[in-house]
Order: sequence, then C-alpha cells, then structure tokens
Amino acid sequence: MTATIKAPPNRRRTHGDPKAPPKARSRGDLKVAMIFLAPATLGFVVFYIWPTLRGAYLSFTEYSLLASPNFNGLANYERMVQDSFFWNALVVTVEYVVINIGVQTVLAVGIAMLMYRLTQSITVRAVVLLPYLVANVVVALVWYWMLDFQVGIVNQFLTWVGIDPVAFFGESAYAIPTIAGINVWRHMGYTALLVFAGLQTIPKYVYEAAEVDGSTEWKTFWRITLPLLRPVLVMVLVVTMIGSFQIFDTVAVTTQGGPINASRVIYYYIYERAFTRFDFGYASAMALVLFAILALVSLLQLRLLRAKESDLA
Amino acid sequence: MRKPLNVGRIAAWASLIVLMLVTLFPFYWMLRTALSDNTQLPGHPSSLLPVDTTLGAFKRVLGLSTVAEAQAQGGSGASVDFWLYLRNSLIVATVTTVCQVFFSAMAAYAFARLRWRGRDQVFALFLSALMVPPIFTLLPNFVLIKNLGLLNSFAGIILPTAFMTPFAIFFLRQFFLGISRELEEAAMIDGAGHRRIFFGLIIPMSAAPIATLGILTYINSWNDYMWPLLVGQQENVRVLTVALGVFRSQTPQGGPDWAGLMAGTLVAALPMIILFLAFAKRITNSIGFSGIK
Repeated sequence: MTATIKAPPNRRRTHGDPKAPPKARSRGDLKVAMIFLAPATLGFVVFYIWPTLRGAYLSFTEYSLLASPNFNGLANYERMVQDSFFWNALVVTVEYVVINIGVQTVLAVGIAMLMYRLTQSITVRAVVLLPYLVANVVVALVWYWMLDFQVGIVNQFLTWVGIDPVAFFGESAYAIPTIAGINVWRHMGYTALLVFAGLQTIPKYVYEAAEVDGSTEWKTFWRITLPLLRPVLVMVLVVTMIGSFQIFDTVAVTTQGGPINASRVIYYYIYERAFTRFDFGYASAMALVLFAILALVSLLQLRLLRAKESDLA
Repeated sequence: MRKPLNVGRIAAWASLIVLMLVTLFPFYWMLRTALSDNTQLPGHPSSLLPVDTTLGAFKRVLGLSTVAEAQAQGGSGASVDFWLYLRNSLIVATVTTVCQVFFSAMAAYAFARLRWRGRDQVFALFLSALMVPPIFTLLPNFVLIKNLGLLNSFAGIILPTAFMTPFAIFFLRQFFLGISRELEEAAMIDGAGHRRIFFGLIIPMSAAPIATLGILTYINSWNDYMWPLLVGQQENVRVLTVALGVFRSQTPQGGPDWAGLMAGTLVAALPMIILFLAFAKRITNSIGFSGIK
C-alpha cells in the first residue's frame, strides 16, 4: 500500500526499481523530451523557422498585404541594385557602425582597464551599466532634449565655453555621429563589463613576470593585456557589431531618417518600405541581404582575428 | 594590490569620476526637466535646478490635469494616460517573462538532462536562430499576427517571444548541465518522475540563474520598441516606449513639451532603475557570462 502511494503515476514502470534506471536510460528519454520541448518547439517553428522560410519566399514576390503574394522572380533584387536609397541606407548604416563600434570599443577597453586597475567596487560597475538598462527610446529622447539646438544643455555649455551651438540632429553631417554617440553612451558600460570579465581571465603571473622584467604599464598593456584579450575582444566585436547594424529605435524617435536621407539607416528604410508603403516583398528582399551581410561580417571577423587561438597556449 | 598615489593613478581616478558623472548627469537632467514648468524652461535653459518647480508635468502625462491646465503649462492638451501605458508595459513584460523563462527552462531540461537521439542536432538548430536578424522574421511574423486577427492585442505583442528565445534556452542549459547526476539518480531511485525532478530538484537548484534570466528578460521586454510599435498602436495595448514615441510627435503650439516628455521618460525608466537597484549585484555579475557565449 505505501509503495503505491509513494510511486507517482508514471508512464515508465521501471522507475521504482533500483536496478532499472540504467537500462531505461539506454533506451532514451525521447517521449519525455518531447513533452518538455513541446512549448518551445511550437514557438520555434511558428515564430522562427516558418517566418524565416516565408521571409525568404516573400523576397521573391510582390506583396502589398492586401492581395496574396505574387511571385516575381529576381525583380526585387534587380530593383535593389538600382535603388539609390538602398545604397544610401547601406552607406549610412556602415558609417554609423564604424563610428559607434570604433568609439565604443576603445572607450570600453579604457573603462575596463580603469576598473580593473583601480577598483573592484560593484557600485562603480553598476553605475557604468545603468544606461544600458534604460530603453533605447528613453535614452534617445533624453539626449534629443539635451542636444536641442536652442535650449539644450549641451549647446548652452558649448556657448559658455565659446563654441557656436551645433545642430546635432538638424545638420546632415552631424546626424549619424550624434546618433552613434548617443548609443555609445548607452552601451559603453555594458561593453566595458564584457571586457572586464575578459581581463579577469588573464592570469596574474603573466603580469608579475612582466613586472619582474621591468616592463612599463604602457608596454604591458600593448604587449600582454591586449594580445591576451584578443579572443574576448573578437567575441565582443562580433556581438556588438551585429547589434549595431540593427540601429532603429534611436532614429525612429529622433530624426526619422532625416535631415533629407542623412540618417536613413537600413533598418529604418526596411521599416518604411514595409509599413508605410506596404512593399513587403521588397522589404523582405532587403532584410535577406542584410542577413547575408551580417553573416559575412561575423565570419570575416572570426577569421581575420583568429578568434579561437589563444596566445596563452 | 594597494599602490602609492602617483600622478598616473590620480589621473586614472579623475577619468573614472568624469565617466561616472557623464553617465549619471542625463538621469539628473531628466528629473530636473520633469520638475520644471515647461513654459518657463526656454528662459532658463542652463539652470541646474528645476525652473519653477512643479509636479505639473507628471500630472499632465498621467492624465490627472485638465486640457486647459495642461496647455497653460506648455503641454499639447492631447489626451495622454501614462498610467494606462504603465499597466500595459507591466502586463506585456510580466507575461512575456514568466512564459518565456518557464518554457525555456523546460526545453533546457530536455537538452541538458535527458538523453535522446538527435538531441545535439536539435539544440544546434535552435541555436542557429540566433544568427537571423530580428527584422527578417519580424516582417512575416507581422503578416502572421495580422492574419490571426491579433493586431492591437496583448496576445499579438507577447506571442512571438512567449515560448522561447534561443538565448534563454542556451543560458539555462549551461546551468542545468552543471547539476550533478547523482542527485537526479537518487531522486529517481526514490521514485521521482521527470516532472518531480524538474520542479523539485532542477528548478530549486537553479533558482539564481533563473532569477537572473528573468530579470534580464523583463528588462528587454520592457524596453522593446519596434515590435510593439508595429502590432500595438492602439491606446488600450500601447506600451510605454511606443507611447513616448507618440508623445514626442504631438508637439504643442510654441515648442515641444520638454517637461512632459521628460516626465514620461522617467515613468518609463524608473521601474527599470528600481529593479536594477534591487538586483544590481546579480545583474552586474551576470554580464560577463551572458554577453559572451
């Protein structure tokens, strides 16, 4: 009686028997696994696999949402080659990524070094991370206000030190650097913490050896820290760069692609095509090209920077 | 590792302090502007304290002041109700987080603790979804949600991320892999089924990483903009980020309602800042692991 109460009503009768589990294991847990995987698989198939296939198909169609998609072969891709807005969007996006990632990575390594050498304080790390936890939209709007041409505090400050006010969002040449700078502010602390985690994996004895050999801090940084940090830096670059290509929120709530086309990044252009012109086929084709570009960029980075080899080995 | 103070160290500390000031100042400026009277702001653009300190901006965005009052203080007078958007954000972030973390934990259990043929291949397939840029699946997902008649519904906003994200499964699987087999086998000998092992052993033993993942998911979901912008435009399901975009485009006569806008951004940011303050250590320590796979 007690035995039956203890044993749960399971489908696999072997559970209660101490000798049985190894035997049961070898047969595999496929049935149980299917139950545990059911919800995730449903989500995966419906919202990842199916839209990926459908997106690829839509890129070869003309589709306005009103009628069903109309297969038109490579027409979208031919159109893309000749679409100066598309090329402009790519150039603008690359400009954004270069400024954003360039500045952010240098600052992040600097901040990580500062934290590593000066303090293990969790408070410092938390403050540095804080902007990352606030929505892109919020960050964009706060800076939109602070960088306002007439009454923004930044231009007030510039005037005070004797520099003419700058139309950060209003002038074509400044729009992308401004947006890139805003996102550097939001992400540099997060990136610094990633680098910081990497710094902590470098064994202390390496530094001690360098000190014994009379190496200066500057030399140690360039000859030891940076090379040993490379695998971490490559991963950080791949992750942040892929994220950087997907710039949308900041543009959407500040410049909306302007002035003229100066900040119409690829994500925003695809969004406009799809949701204001209902040109879903063309938008899908551009999204597919972006997909290919991102895959290529990450592959190249991993190759060029020989990510997997560690200099420590 | 304490070293004597020298010029280099002083310079390093100075840069760290400047950095923290640059990080914190915009937060102060949000508060300073939100507590100001919008009509007086342009006259005192560089006053470090609120100009004509008032809670008017907060009343305005929370829908507590009349149209005339709002306009008198430089608001657009358009109806805004950030209480409603706050509620919507709470619903979306909470449901998304609970469902996503729970279902991902179930999947992670199947990938980490069960043995079945094809397991590693299926896991690799799940992970490969990390490579696909969100906008690529976003377009067909929008079509799907639209065809299901779920535009402007909470279900439409929540569904795509409710079941799993590749990252959540990956993250939890790492922790589940580290739990010793002996414990599990002892439980099995005691007659526990997989359900009991999952709920009674794996979940309690992984409470910390599950909490970390939950917090990160909550923050991401709260801060998301593009998807709710597309499927949740209507007021009854509009979340805070979308509402802020709308608010920014409703410029009243005679210049933007900066005080109102900053009050709105504070309403949107404050819950995350509080969450962060409560779990700062946990979130901060999770960064090294979660960012680099």
